[in-house]
Amino acid sequence: MSTEQMILILVSVVTAATPLAFAAFGELVTERAGVLNLGVEGMMLLGAVIGFAVTKDSGSLAFGFFAGMLAGMAMALIFAVLTQHLQTNQVATGLALTLFGAGLSAFIGKPYVGMTLTGLNPISIPYLSDIPVLGHLLFHYDLVVYGSFVLLFGLIWFFKHSHWGLVVRAVGESPVAAHAIGYPVIRIRYFAILFGGAMSGIAGAYLSLAITPLWVEGMTAGRGWIALALVVFATWKPTRVMVGAYLFGGVTILQFYGQGMGIHVPSQILSMLPYIVTVVVLVLISRNPKTILLNQPMSLGVSFSPRT
Amino acid sequence: MPRLERRAQPSRVMMFASPLIAAVLMLMTGYILFSIMGKEPLHAFWVFFIKPLTTTYGIGEWLLKSTPLILCGIGLAIGFRARVFNIGAEGQFTMGAIAAGGVALYFYNTDAVWILPLMMLAGVLGGMAWAAIPAFLRTRFNTNEILVTLMLVYVAQLFLGYLVQGPWRDPEGFNFPQSRMFTDSETMPVLVEGLRVNWAFIVALVLVAVSWFFSFKMFAGFRMEVSGQAPDAARYAGFSEKRNVWFALLISGGLAGFAGMAEVAGPIGQLQPIISPGYGFAAIIVAYVGRLHPLGVLLASLLLSLLYLGGETAQMDLNLPSAITGLFQGILLFYLLAADIFIHYRLKPSPSDSRTTITSPPEPEGDIT
Amino acid sequence: MSTDTQTKLPRLELVGITKAYPSVIANQDVNLVVRPGEIHAVLGENGAGKSTLMKIIYGVTKPDSGSVLWDNREVHIESPAQARKIGIGMVFQHFSLFETLTVAENISLALDSAIAPHELVQRIEEVSQQYGLPIDPHRLIHSMSVGERQRVEIVRCLLNNPRLLIMDEPTSVLTPQAVLKLFETLRRLAAEGCSILYISHKLDEIQALCDKATILRGGRVTGTAIPSQETRESLAQMMIGRSLPECQMAPKMPAETRLRVHQLNLSTIDPFGTTLKNINLDVRSGEVVGIAGISGNGQKELMAALSGEQPMPKGTTTQICGVWADRLSPGQRRDLGLRFVPEERLGRGAVPSMSLRLNALLTTGAGDGLVNYGLISYAHVRSFARDVIEKFNVKCGGDEALASSLSGGNLQKFIVGREISLQPKVMIVAQPTWGVDVGAAQIIRQALIELRNQGVAVLVVSEELEELFMICDRIAVIAEGRLSPAIPASETSVEKIGLWMSGAFVEAKVEEVQHA
Repeated sequence: MSTEQMILILVSVVTAATPLAFAAFGELVTERAGVLNLGVEGMMLLGAVIGFAVTKDSGSLAFGFFAGMLAGMAMALIFAVLTQHLQTNQVATGLALTLFGAGLSAFIGKPYVGMTLTGLNPISIPYLSDIPVLGHLLFHYDLVVYGSFVLLFGLIWFFKHSHWGLVVRAVGESPVAAHAIGYPVIRIRYFAILFGGAMSGIAGAYLSLAITPLWVEGMTAGRGWIALALVVFATWKPTRVMVGAYLFGGVTILQFYGQGMGIHVPSQILSMLPYIVTVVVLVLISRNPKTILLNQPMSLGVSFSPRT
Repeated sequence: MPRLERRAQPSRVMMFASPLIAAVLMLMTGYILFSIMGKEPLHAFWVFFIKPLTTTYGIGEWLLKSTPLILCGIGLAIGFRARVFNIGAEGQFTMGAIAAGGVALYFYNTDAVWILPLMMLAGVLGGMAWAAIPAFLRTRFNTNEILVTLMLVYVAQLFLGYLVQGPWRDPEGFNFPQSRMFTDSETMPVLVEGLRVNWAFIVALVLVAVSWFFSFKMFAGFRMEVSGQAPDAARYAGFSEKRNVWFALLISGGLAGFAGMAEVAGPIGQLQPIISPGYGFAAIIVAYVGRLHPLGVLLASLLLSLLYLGGETAQMDLNLPSAITGLFQGILLFYLLAADIFIHYRLKPSPSDSRTTITSPPEPEGDIT
Repeated sequence: MSTDTQTKLPRLELVGITKAYPSVIANQDVNLVVRPGEIHAVLGENGAGKSTLMKIIYGVTKPDSGSVLWDNREVHIESPAQARKIGIGMVFQHFSLFETLTVAENISLALDSAIAPHELVQRIEEVSQQYGLPIDPHRLIHSMSVGERQRVEIVRCLLNNPRLLIMDEPTSVLTPQAVLKLFETLRRLAAEGCSILYISHKLDEIQALCDKATILRGGRVTGTAIPSQETRESLAQMMIGRSLPECQMAPKMPAETRLRVHQLNLSTIDPFGTTLKNINLDVRSGEVVGIAGISGNGQKELMAALSGEQPMPKGTTTQICGVWADRLSPGQRRDLGLRFVPEERLGRGAVPSMSLRLNALLTTGAGDGLVNYGLISYAHVRSFARDVIEKFNVKCGGDEALASSLSGGNLQKFIVGREISLQPKVMIVAQPTWGVDVGAAQIIRQALIELRNQGVAVLVVSEELEELFMICDRIAVIAEGRLSPAIPASETSVEKIGLWMSGAFVEAKVEEVQHA
């Protein structure tokens, strides 16, 4: 395999990892606030279809991404109203969100099936992109990829060094105690949920606008669920989420380049890899109950109502 | 602004009423949706919800499509009651179909009366085996079954795709990705000549009764209910969580596998890459809308089956995308979740409290919860 | 100090405070006056309305009617943040601390003005020194004992310069010695002009510490008093309307050992739990053995090990009626005659969303006749549930009422009654009267004594020393996972137990247990 091919594969890994990273980061914030939103897959699908539709109709990728982000937030808003104000069960509501998102996106996307558009292109950074080999490998990506790193550092800072990051952690551990001190738990959770929706929307839009610039029903293919698993695997820490996203990005790419790399396994079997690896990774993390106990936000999945 | 106030006791009336309210709201939304899409709403309504049931064949299809929903729904309901969330019934359905299909293809040239029962057994075992994986992982490694069962759906579907494109492809099938058509001794006998609904429907009805008996009359059912409602109490009582998890997953897996078998040995008649329009996922909705009660599951299955039929008829008559079915399903579940809050809360019109929207009496002082 | 406070204007005054909920009137026309520098007790039994009143003062709740005056001016306290701004601080009974965060992080969350981290650490150290509340700002809360956590709560309040400090049942988590230290701190604060609202139902403490007391019963003020000028009986009379009940304990000769714990070692997987070390204990037929100790010292783990909820690997640490029980499940231990009433009622002792009738089925075993060949015999279950309700005077909406609809005391009566009705040979009860009203507490204690008189071996784990001295033949102390010898109640005292609670004992050895 030539250097050219190697670079191509590595670049593909980065692009494959990016939507996983965005979705997982979004869910990370949501879960740190104590809310379990299983609707990531649904939010991503809606982000993908809306992003594609708006870009196709308006001609602007920027609009498309923005619209995709808003679509994710709109879905998240439904989830937030149901779980925070109406006290519905978080697991059931998240599942409902996914099923609804699948149905709605298929419905909206019908007229767009079979269409294509020019996707998001990588940008060149003066000087840096021109460095042989490394330039292409490190400095020749689209804005969203760079955005994922900005997001990573932003989240690290947020949780470690900012006051509101501390508040979110407190809410995630004990909304009752946070409420007793006087913090607006429901409002904080709303923001966390909407942030998660926005990130999932961007992740979905990235799929339909950058990775494969078209719309197909169900095109997320379970990435939303993998993102959920990623958050657990990363024990709710931002850096580990990024590492996990790249790990999975790599596994996902294998199915496309496996044949070329000399692996003679039927493509469907290779395609199973991301899902099987997800299961393995989950088992590894859950084996020691202490790990989960120490790291999982204590109030995750438990409804909170501000009783008077 | 009206606010929500917690009831002292959950409302029994609302427990029965909320699925009905949700269904009505969904229908109303459908009406509005049809108008928005430029179809004459009343006509569209009729085409979607009434027309499919106007012929005997239509009724047969209605019962046929409800069969996998009932079978999967019953199994899932038992599991959900025990807080075992098998989200991957679709995968167990697929594996059951594969197992049964494998038997059918192996005995392709034999013509015997025991082939079909063997296929049924294979279907059940196939589904159970696939569900045994998350059961094992949860009881041994504490791994959350929601994600595991889901991941296994994709694996199962990919496996089916591999089989019908590769080793199990029909050699006389013009290279299409499908298996041979099953022979007569490998097909489920239909209930009425001319209709496609088969004996699996009767099995499903029987299982509704069995499941009712289990959940309400047997101590084992009580144990599972306690495990779901209050896991600490279940531990205190000495109910084995592991046994409950295994039972819930094996039962729901086996039933889903049987449903898968009935689908490929019934209306489809062979193995194909896609053998289900999402029955395993629709069954989740069926379970919730049916209040996790066997009778409710039966009724909810009939409702959702109608949605599937309606989607097909609407596609033909009104040129509406078939994806509208999935949309309705999602909407129904949302409405159900929203309507359910009125079981535990009531609406009270009163001057707004700027700080809180939900009030409830203080816990009996000193209660350790 | 008292004479000065009489002449000053009241710092806090509540006039005609009323707060009603759908099922109960929590406060009815409550008046309260607290002067600067005064230590003012709010006395009342569980359910009297103390918590609701404090929530109103701290801004968590708004009253339906009545007014709150601060420094003689009416105020509307809309939130805890506003309460803090005015100068009100509250130390909660169930701490509002975050286990996975450090002391400094916890305190910064509750501060109104942002203080830079370095400065905050300094201030924490200053204040903790000044008031005798030593804490390390960088420690994680989950590694701290309950007493230390309370100090964090207090320091957190003090950093906001409160002029009124509300202490909600502060001593339930302290050893008798730590209680004295707390009183010193409170007196020092009062001397500096800070008013203190001291919520409690412990008459001795109120008499020792407080200048004035307002007594609540059933949501109303039944009187005010100067505690030092009253007797326990007169205070009790105002608090519960009758004098404190006594328990009948006839002397008994204990017989064969029914429960034996032998060198029990158990490490915990819970990072916030306690490891049990070398526990030796025996309980004989016809006696009540009590285990005293502040929560968090291993009681939970010991109870789980004895009940069977926590599987025991070794095989030879627990004997029930002579049979090695380590490998037995809770159901199998029940078949041997062991019955257990857990500390948590809703969610563990009973299923909240199920009826009392179904809850009666929860701990049934092979010989009880409620389940035959795997089928539930509903007729038998119904009559069993009704029997329990009647015999133990459980106030409820019939046997179909949901467990969650009962008050704490009534639910506890039901659970205790259920277990007693299933013919125990060994009865273990954890925190039998926690949060239970006096009437129900009396019934429960008497029921336990009757069991003892009938020859049952009874083990009681309780945080209330008073209660243990009331009903126990022998008392042991659990501290940091170790168990002291169980010595006759007549041979020990509150002070000695208090000392042992801080771990100052040599644990019970195997030989001691056999000779006792």
